[in-house]
Amino acid sequence: MNWVQIVVQGGLLGGLYALFAIGLSLSFGIMRLVNIAHGDLIVLSAYIGLMVINATGVHPVATLIVVVPVMFVLGYVLQRALLNQTLTGGLLPPLLVTFGISVIIENVLLQGFGADNRRLQAGAIETSSFEIGGLAVGVYPLIVFATAVVCIAGLQLLFYRTALGRAFRATSDDAETAELMGIDNRHLYALGLGIAMVFTALAGILMAIRTNFDPAAGPIRLIFAFEAVIIGGLGSLWGTLLGGMVLGIAQAIGAALSPTWQILAGHIAFLIILLVRPSGFFPRTRD
Amino acid sequence: MGAFRVERATRESRAFAAVLILGMLVLASLPYWGGSGNMRLISEMAYYLALAQLWNLLAGYAGLVSVGQQAFVGIGAYTLFYLSSELDLHPLLALALAAPICALMSIPMALLIFRLRGAYFAVGTWVLAETLQLAVSLITPLGAGSGMTLTPAVVRQIAPDRAGREMIVYWISLAIAIVVSTIVYLLLRSKHGLALTAIRDSERASESLGVDTYRTKLMIYVVTAACTGILGAFIFLQKLRLSPEAGFSINDWTVVVIFMVVIGGIGTLEGPIIGMLIYFVLREFLADYGTWYLILLGVVAVAIMLRAREGIWGLVAHKFNLHLFSVRRYLTR
Repeated sequence: MNWVQIVVQGGLLGGLYALFAIGLSLSFGIMRLVNIAHGDLIVLSAYIGLMVINATGVHPVATLIVVVPVMFVLGYVLQRALLNQTLTGGLLPPLLVTFGISVIIENVLLQGFGADNRRLQAGAIETSSFEIGGLAVGVYPLIVFATAVVCIAGLQLLFYRTALGRAFRATSDDAETAELMGIDNRHLYALGLGIAMVFTALAGILMAIRTNFDPAAGPIRLIFAFEAVIIGGLGSLWGTLLGGMVLGIAQAIGAALSPTWQILAGHIAFLIILLVRPSGFFPRTRD
Repeated sequence: MGAFRVERATRESRAFAAVLILGMLVLASLPYWGGSGNMRLISEMAYYLALAQLWNLLAGYAGLVSVGQQAFVGIGAYTLFYLSSELDLHPLLALALAAPICALMSIPMALLIFRLRGAYFAVGTWVLAETLQLAVSLITPLGAGSGMTLTPAVVRQIAPDRAGREMIVYWISLAIAIVVSTIVYLLLRSKHGLALTAIRDSERASESLGVDTYRTKLMIYVVTAACTGILGAFIFLQKLRLSPEAGFSINDWTVVVIFMVVIGGIGTLEGPIIGMLIYFVLREFLADYGTWYLILLGVVAVAIMLRAREGIWGLVAHKFNLHLFSVRRYLTR
């Protein structure tokens, strides 16, 4: 058994987990919202991709042209119409509303598509790999990982180099004062979830090419995203990438021992890190 | 001074207590006049009511929004099956032992996930429950992935014939529901209840007034775990068949319970009762529609959280100023 190979594969898988986690991290960073429906929205993106393919026959990656704007609008409307109302009044309303949305999405997908496993076929790229220094590296996992790196770098630029990013940071630090300075928080929060959904859409399509999915596949994606966010440290996007990699490597090691250990090994790694380093590797936000 | 008194009971709450006791007596006599189908339905309602009261105590009062209570249903059920099948304990003794075992298990779990706050605590409880489910499905003495069955030899220890067993199991369900509801009621009436109500209304303010919020929450978490565990053991004593997916099912033991509490009214004792009744009425009429039924429950729960956060009981209580359980304190002359 080649352990270096396993660590490399797990680390690359971490790129996908980081993509899962970006949306969750953004909505917590900007709106202080923990979106319980996040995993179901990832799966919803995959199903929208599937519908586009069924209607037009395009390559899965090309569906992003449709899926990304649809999810952006959905995120904007969801925040503007529903979630903004839950921002006052403590912990329960946002938690239980997103929880309700999660159950609704799962069952609507079950009603519309049945319980069958689905997958988006991307052709030869799924299985092709190259060798570097005796290690086999999958082309597709590498592309996903690179996508995660580019997304996080892009978000860093957005947050620290643009006026919109400044507004996001201001609202995150002190929503009331930001409003006094002329920022429309309700619009900004809606934009926040819209942008989070862009990455959710991307994560959903890239996931659907790599693994099977079904209507009930959302919650475990929420859990992976959550584990990556907590391992990395709340509010730090680069930390989230590291968290995703730690989770991916733990799962890869678990899977190498026995296939039934894959998910459990990830959970155990998460719980150990929670025990020894409860605020993650790069803590940024205090909640 | 001396001119004011603190009153606990109201006229309505006294009347309601009388109705409640009468209702319990009627239900307790059900085996003598109702069929076994009715007994099964009432005992299912009883354990769901108890689960709802416990989740309400956690989330509605202590601010511990857990979506991982199925962990304790599972641990309790596995305790019963393991102790009675493998160690040959009497099933009812094994059932009772589920409570202390869940309490013991819950302490290290709490120490770990109490590091997460608010909504992250919620997802943390979920991860713990998932971890336990995956771990149990790897443990061979617990039947691994395929689960365990209570053999007729074990079940016959409760009562030799089927009718006698049904009766005893039915009474146990009533007893557990009454005991659990009473524990929740007495907790809320005690000084801990005052602390909990303060935490519910504002955690920071109650801390500044000297409430030890961490210890209060830890106590509630452990008590809830013990009660949920004994309920889990009871539920699967009825089902006789246990698998990791069934024992640790988030949909059956947590999602449904959350819907009951939210729809009925979170943060009151009356809410879970109303929510439980609504859930069973809806299920009676809509269960054939499967997924649509869950979609409807989700929509109703979201609408209630957005429009009437105190649920259906909250609307009633405000309109008629009605409080059926004497957990409040009134100042009268």
